[in-house]
Amino acid sequence: MSTVYVLVEHDGSQVAPVTAELITAARPLGAVTAVVVGIPGVTDTLKAALAEAGAEVIVAAESADTHRRYLLPQVDALHALAAHNPGPIVVAAGAAGNEIAGRLAARLASGVLCDVVGINADRTASQSVFGDQVQVAAAVGGACPIYTLRPGAVEPAPVAGAGAVTTLELPGVTAKDVAVTGFSLARRGKRPDLTTAKVVIAAGRGIGSQENMALAEELADALGGAVGVTRDIVDLDYYDGAYQIGQTGVTVAPDLYIGLGVSGAIQHTSGMQTAKKIVVINNDDDAPIFQIADLGVVGDLHEVVPALIAEINSRK
Amino acid sequence: MPAIVVLVKHVPDTWSRKTLEADHTLDRDNVDSVIDEINEFAMEQALQLRDDNPDAGYRVIALTMGPAGADETLRKALAMGADDAVHLTDDALAGSDLLGTTWALTNAINTIDDVALIVTGNASSDGAMGALPGILAEYRQLPALTGVRSVKLQGTIVTGVRETAEGRYELSAQLPAIISVTDKAPKPRFPNFKGLMAAKKFEITVLDTAAIGVDPGQVGLAHAATAVTGATQRPERTAGDVIGGADAPVAAGKIADYLAEEKFL
Repeated sequence: MSTVYVLVEHDGSQVAPVTAELITAARPLGAVTAVVVGIPGVTDTLKAALAEAGAEVIVAAESADTHRRYLLPQVDALHALAAHNPGPIVVAAGAAGNEIAGRLAARLASGVLCDVVGINADRTASQSVFGDQVQVAAAVGGACPIYTLRPGAVEPAPVAGAGAVTTLELPGVTAKDVAVTGFSLARRGKRPDLTTAKVVIAAGRGIGSQENMALAEELADALGGAVGVTRDIVDLDYYDGAYQIGQTGVTVAPDLYIGLGVSGAIQHTSGMQTAKKIVVINNDDDAPIFQIADLGVVGDLHEVVPALIAEINSRK
Repeated sequence: MPAIVVLVKHVPDTWSRKTLEADHTLDRDNVDSVIDEINEFAMEQALQLRDDNPDAGYRVIALTMGPAGADETLRKALAMGADDAVHLTDDALAGSDLLGTTWALTNAINTIDDVALIVTGNASSDGAMGALPGILAEYRQLPALTGVRSVKLQGTIVTGVRETAEGRYELSAQLPAIISVTDKAPKPRFPNFKGLMAAKKFEITVLDTAAIGVDPGQVGLAHAATAVTGATQRPERTAGDVIGGADAPVAAGKIADYLAEEKFL
């Protein structure tokens, strides 16, 4: 059976949820080889979870300096493996995944499909473009086609694999290297990851103030969801840019999206309109968001949201 | 004089409705095109780096690849303050995929002397591929600081800050290098009247594939490593129930009923 390479996303102690999605999406292409890049010992910590998710082979590409280098160790590892034994490569879409995919496409002279939402056994893939208005079927050539998979697009379906560990020696630093001179971990708290959350509470300009972001957070916690924001909220400095939904932020497709004071500008809706159910609360009944909502409430969110939180908690 | 090359792209306006032609390429005739907003951030960053390092004598050069009409985007870049502009245009380039596009661009960059830095947006709003900086970095064997929100030049070192869901990275690399900026970078300036007038009359350098030494057989739709084989329009969402004029507890109760009905509670 042919081999497909998956780049493992992890934080050094845990496998990130998107990794199970990558393995599930890659499985139709062949036996999954999960590639772990990190400091020595990290593969030992992650191997049980990777085998459980479906890795047949686990490659430990470990080196003491990987956390001080940016992306090139990941590119070097996947390049070495695919150059030796060609096969498709699947990585998570995002700023890092896009650069990794681009460098690999150039090195392996293979095509690259970014932000796919599904991969088929014949190596074709589907993409959702123009703000998720059009679903596109795409074919890709080359011995090692590269896909970046949109987080949250594929439901993980773990099928345990053998998880046999092999090691790969990483090449050293070159002139192409970018050094990491500082890193501070984002404070995420207990909420689920925005891109893979089943429930997303989004705040727009109508939230009114930075303090009121607590309303969105409390509602998210009552429903076990994640918090997202529109670009306005990031520009106003009410919330961190990592939580921006839409054209220049992340794309979400949760089972439930609740918009609080979100007007529905296309730059935002292009990142959320494939949500299964959309509920909105906005005091402006002309807001375009009502046109795509399954349930809309015209009212003051500062009154409705606390009442809703109380109602949810009383029904639990 | 060292150059800072800014890659700019002429794209359909986000506000306009985008459709695909029968061959699944974008219908560019029936859509309003503008400079991609993210490129204005790239331009602004390049202009600030030039102006903050006067001793280095950087020239900012805007480069675009695209059909006739894409020069409008270069005039916008000139109006913002670019020192020079290059338009790569050739029918042979139409329909190029990412590898073909990047190959053509890197050869166009080769016509510019002493390139210290290449600045791009982190992803175009129409293709949303975002892999171009990585491919360009490999073709040119350069380090890349992708998706950064702030950039500084210190001698032959470029530093930048990249914020992701995992955290905040401080990155550093040797020049020459490639950077791609996000829309969290400094806000683009508005061109002034003098800039607009000068841009109108500016003589843009026009290059075709022969001028950059690219074999038409390496680019274009027929030689793409990726192909769109089908496209379907997603059904439009329709508006559901709207509750207006209800007291907050009543409205909240109705939302909770809906959430229970849909099994979210």
